Amino acid sequence: MRVSAFTRRLTLAFVGLALAFLYAPILTNFVFSLNSDRFPTIPLGDFTLDWYRLILMDDLVLSAFANTIKVALIVAPIATFMGFCAAYADYRFNFVGKKLVLIFALMPPLVPLVVIGLAMLAYLSRIGLSGTLPAIIISHIVLTSPFAMAIIRLRFSQIDADLEFAAQNLGASNWRAFKEVIIPSVKTSVLAAFLLCMAVSFDEYAVTWFVGGLEETSSVRILSFLQSAVSPRINAIGSITFITSISLILGAQFLVIRRLKKDAS
Amino acid sequence: MTFQSNGATASKPQVPSMTTPHISLKNIRKTYGEYVAVENLDLDIEEGKFIAIMGPSGCGKSTLLRMLAGLEDVSGGDIMHEGRLINDLSIWEREMPMVWQSLALFPFLNVRENVEFGLRMKGVPTKERKERALVWLKKLGLDGYADRGVTQLSGGQRQRVALARCLVTEPSVLLLDEPLSALDAHLSVQMQGELKRLQRELGITFIYVTHSHSEAFSMADTVVIMNEGKIEQAGSPEDIYLRPKTAFVARFLGGTTIFDCKPRRRKSGEVVLEGKDGTFKCMPDQALLSEDNKQVSLIVRADQISVTPEGGWAENQVACQVVGEEFVGALVNLRLETAAGTPVTVQLQQRDMQALDVEIGSGVNASWNPEDGHIIHS
Repeated sequence: MRVSAFTRRLTLAFVGLALAFLYAPILTNFVFSLNSDRFPTIPLGDFTLDWYRLILMDDLVLSAFANTIKVALIVAPIATFMGFCAAYADYRFNFVGKKLVLIFALMPPLVPLVVIGLAMLAYLSRIGLSGTLPAIIISHIVLTSPFAMAIIRLRFSQIDADLEFAAQNLGASNWRAFKEVIIPSVKTSVLAAFLLCMAVSFDEYAVTWFVGGLEETSSVRILSFLQSAVSPRINAIGSITFITSISLILGAQFLVIRRLKKDAS
Repeated sequence: MTFQSNGATASKPQVPSMTTPHISLKNIRKTYGEYVAVENLDLDIEEGKFIAIMGPSGCGKSTLLRMLAGLEDVSGGDIMHEGRLINDLSIWEREMPMVWQSLALFPFLNVRENVEFGLRMKGVPTKERKERALVWLKKLGLDGYADRGVTQLSGGQRQRVALARCLVTEPSVLLLDEPLSALDAHLSVQMQGELKRLQRELGITFIYVTHSHSEAFSMADTVVIMNEGKIEQAGSPEDIYLRPKTAFVARFLGGTTIFDCKPRRRKSGEVVLEGKDGTFKCMPDQALLSEDNKQVSLIVRADQISVTPEGGWAENQVACQVVGEEFVGALVNLRLETAAGTPVTVQLQQRDMQALDVEIGSGVNASWNPEDGHIIHS
């Protein structure tokens, strides 16, 4: 489409403003995490890594980070596997009530977090799990597997439905056809789903706060810091968490987009 | 049937006797709940023949092919392959490779890897399967394309890859599910010739499902016409063309005129056909009249009807009105209608059409020889 130079400049300015609006708070966060002043004020003080040094010596923060990583590493494979199974069942089989099952499988992210958090707490405390890492893991699996399923289903919807049967027709057993046809077709999407599950688990704090008790992940730790006192250390933790999750999400996006482009060409 | 390992199925079954058909369907039935897709169907297929199964969509032809390949279970009846019951064999044990309507090439493999797939599943060593794949690619005019991605090929080339992928394992039968429907008309005609040549050279059985007359009649040794899950007629293309067994077949093939009549025996012993369009003569042996006044169809092919501006002395004639004309190359299909509303199709040469000099709405006289009429007892 042809647009005048003026319109183009105007559009660019608008997009720039919108992006600035979205990312300025995060950028501020990042800038002040490297600032020596106790309070976020302008003009800025000296450049310093003290806040990062401080949090790296704080046992509470370190155990929160360790928990976050543990949870994410357990949640992502399980949630991705569950999402894959649901997506594959949808691709390969037809059964009565399939639509209903899919709706229920995609539902968890649509339920308000407070409601899920409360429900999880009530349920997990009844079976004696509340306040433990497994409780956090279970709730994260519930929250992330629908994302995994959605990403992998998108890929399945582009695969010729006859492919797996074609492999069987050429002598591949059920399992062999799965290995030779399904796995190569969906592997990038599965990796993308894995990264996204990790990112969601990394960021999630509401339900974690409900069911975690004394066990904390890094995002819950930020919340606790905020509740006690405002400290530039929050900026430091926030920056680390943000950089980690944005890299995971960008990684997932990259894989999905590359796949789509490859198919389009 | 007990489960057999790959090794056991790979060994050749006992040599079939001369009378055993290559593939034999006995009383095959397929139902989906209340719906009957294939109804008690019997069909013997001889080794090395090109069989085309055709019919309108929903007639059960694809279901039949899918049951042969093992993609659908039979609801009843037996499928025999070289005298061996294969009903309960899984898809991968049947050794009936299929060319899919969608082709179903593996997009993540290149051309050679696609062709090698069947050999790899059988455990053929790397070097041998590469050689065999290249031989088949060459046979199908694809040498030089071995390392291309399948998405980079044209429609006709992809078709050949699909064929090579099936033939490389040297099967005794090949299933084809409307493989040419995605090609443009010109390419489709070219591929028809190639398929027929390939089948003749290889001498293996081709079972070809299509809804296209031209594909079925130009390639097949035997054409099977199906409707509503049943076989209406099976025979050579010529046989079906000249002697359709049912009114459905005649109508499905098109280009014929169907008069509804009732036979009546005259005092002289001669038999005539009476209908709303008049009284027609036919060959006595054709009449085979078991009972008078039973509804029959008189079929006359479009190329056997003559058209004259006025009535003459022909034995069978009917006055018609011209309702339309279609130009098909050097031929013209003239559409007429009798006073009673029966549509009549006549095929004429272009120059005869000019000599006739009629236009839509003109009255003409259609006539044919009694020996060209064909009676169907419906």
